Amino acid sequence: MEAFIILLSLFALAVFLGVELITKVPPTLHTPLMSGSNAISGITIVGAILAAGSGDASGVIVQLLGFVAIVFATINVVGGFMVTNRMLKMFRRRS
Amino acid sequence: MNSVIINLFYLVAALLFVVGIKGLTRPKTAVSGNRMAALGMLVAIVITLLDRQVIHYEIVFAGLALGTLMGALMAVKIQMTAMPQMVAILNGLGGGASLGVAAASYFSFMATDSELSSATLIVANCAVMLAILIGTVTFSGSAVAFGKLQEILPGQAIGFSGMKFVNLGLLLASLAVALLLITGQAGMGGFILLVALSLLLGVTLVMPIGGADMPVVIALLNSYSGIAAAAAGFIMGNNVLIISGALVGASGIILTRIMCVAMNRSLLNVLFGKMAEADGNSIDAD
Repeated sequence: MEAFIILLSLFALAVFLGVELITKVPPTLHTPLMSGSNAISGITIVGAILAAGSGDASGVIVQLLGFVAIVFATINVVGGFMVTNRMLKMFRRRS
Repeated sequence: MNSVIINLFYLVAALLFVVGIKGLTRPKTAVSGNRMAALGMLVAIVITLLDRQVIHYEIVFAGLALGTLMGALMAVKIQMTAMPQMVAILNGLGGGASLGVAAASYFSFMATDSELSSATLIVANCAVMLAILIGTVTFSGSAVAFGKLQEILPGQAIGFSGMKFVNLGLLLASLAVALLLITGQAGMGGFILLVALSLLLGVTLVMPIGGADMPVVIALLNSYSGIAAAAAGFIMGNNVLIISGALVGASGIILTRIMCVAMNRSLLNVLFGKMAEADGNSIDAD
């Protein structure tokens, strides 16, 4: 239970940090910011790797779900950061 | 590798995400902010690969290779004008990944046949259900958003004025099934029902929204996918998932609000307003 309280504290503090981080965002950056933070939400890949690599003891279905989750999360991460980069480069050229 | 070292690297990754998000809010620092966040992700992935729990590398590397190939191809091939769809589909995949992780945890809990005695297990079970619910809603909601933007589905708002009650009903039903699963009164059937109800909820949440409001919905779904990742973090007791998920969840909500303000509308108006208005005469009036 103590571990849960620590994790809950982390969660609460990170929520406040997230709120404070975003103050004034120029409209041109709305989509890149959305796409960049979307790539960050692909962090669930960490959980996917742990599930997929957990070995035979945890069963085939766990490994299979982990594999699918890795593929999805990797597309999210790689596609997300690359596409954000592309968008930002386009803005730079224009201005 | 030692779990202390792993967690320290996770902290580094989380800090890089914070710096990255901050950078993305200013035009001058946006490019480097995005790189910082990507670097943080690389740190998190590499250090996870060194975790003792990872035994089978074949599956992991196959998944990483396939995902990288597909993600990179999509990012390079996509038209600049199709960006909102692209973000929608990536976001949906992120939600789907959280669903996968939560389902994998559910099955490994079942396999270990642990008794529902300790408080830790109850917390983990609650987190599993939340991750499944939010991850699935993100998945199907983003799929509908993608369909609308790609004009596979009709772009305008579809629904009726009582839609929000349908959504509320679906949400309550999902929570009820989740509760039965947590208390152990429902098994595999309940699990499938929960996923089905959540899939439907994602569809009915996004269907009534259309036209110019779509980017706002994608921002909101992005926030959901962050919360789903944080819930997955609570399942595994993993700090980097919790911190980054909470960051994305919170900053996503704020960004959603900023986008609403920029359009001179309130979030509630975007989510529920359309159907209350007289038959959608304002939908495509821009």
